[in-house]
Order: sequence, then C-alpha cells, then structure tokens
Amino acid sequence: MTSENAIRTAIEQAIGEHELILFMKGTPDQPRCGFSARTVAVLESLGAPFAAVDILPDPRIRQELSAVSGWPTIPQLFHKGELVGGCDIVSEMYETGELAEQLGVAAQAGETPEDGVDGAPLTVENRLN
Amino acid sequence: MVTTDEIKQRIETGLPAARAEVTGDGQHFRAEIVSPAFGGLSRIQQHKLVYELFGSELGGRIHALSLKTSTE
Repeated sequence: MTSENAIRTAIEQAIGEHELILFMKGTPDQPRCGFSARTVAVLESLGAPFAAVDILPDPRIRQELSAVSGWPTIPQLFHKGELVGGCDIVSEMYETGELAEQLGVAAQAGETPEDGVDGAPLTVENRLN
Repeated sequence: MVTTDEIKQRIETGLPAARAEVTGDGQHFRAEIVSPAFGGLSRIQQHKLVYELFGSELGGRIHALSLKTSTE
C-alpha cells in the first residue's frame, strides 16, 4: 500500500525530472477527457516532447497533485518544474504563440488543433503506478 | 443541478466589480470574466482566484469550469 507521502514524493520527482510533463486523464493515445485530449493535441501540434502521467488509476494522485500545485483541475502542464496551467491557459498561450516561445519550439500559426491530431512520437512515462 | 446563473452570481459577488458571462450545460461551464482584481496577476493566479470561489465543488458537482479572464 502506497502512502500519500510516497505518492506526493513521486509526483514532485516526476515534475522535477521532466522538462515538460502533463498530468492528465487517460494517456496521450487514449485520453479519457476532452480537456486532456485538447491539451495533448496542442503539445503534439507543437512537436514538443513531453512526459505524461495518467491520474485516473488512483484518486490519491489527483488529490496529492492538487495539493502540490494548488490547482484544482486536470489536466495540469508543468514546464521546468513550474505549473503552466490547464487546458484553457495552454490553449490560450498556444493561440498567442506564447507557448511555443516558452517551450522553445518553432511557433505554428493559427488555430487550435482538433482533438486526436497525429503528432510527434511521445515520451510517455507513468511512474506513479 | 448547477445553473449558469448560480455560477455567475458567485463570481460577481466573490470578486470585486466583476462581470461574468457564463454558459454551460449543468456540469461543464465556461465563464468569461472581467474584474480589476486580476490586475498585475499572471493567468495562473487569475484563474486560481476564481477557482478558490468554488473550492472542492470543482471536479465534484461542477465537472469543469473553463475560464477566460481579463481586467477590461
């Protein structure tokens, strides 16, 4: 039985070890929520490699994540250890070009991508099982 | 059932001089909010101010609240 403390430590380590990491419902290939799917589609369209953690297997993951970040909803995107935001902020920053700038990838003009757009190969990690 | 009016009212009473336009289906909502309270804050901080009004109801009786915030 994993304790809450161990889960929180694993979350903090994952955030610290991955330059870009997304906590989401489901996986990038099989998102289980429209907001998670939309956020994945934005990252894929930028070609930004990211780690992903599915928060659904254990409700304590979400609880501890929100305690760490102070952010109540899923998905949550972290860049260099800092919370970037959820779906709304990520989408808005994508549309203005701020996200490409912050992530250091070439800006792509225009519209928010459709859900489920095929993108670059993903680095998927789930160390919280 | 949560109504768009309830969400609107709680935002407008919870934030100074806020005006909110809320749409939604009873579970998923979208709010466009203008308030001087957002001045000088990052997007993250602006959204946190709003989320704090709803606490644990977010993810519970309110499945999702999508936000667009500005100061004018």
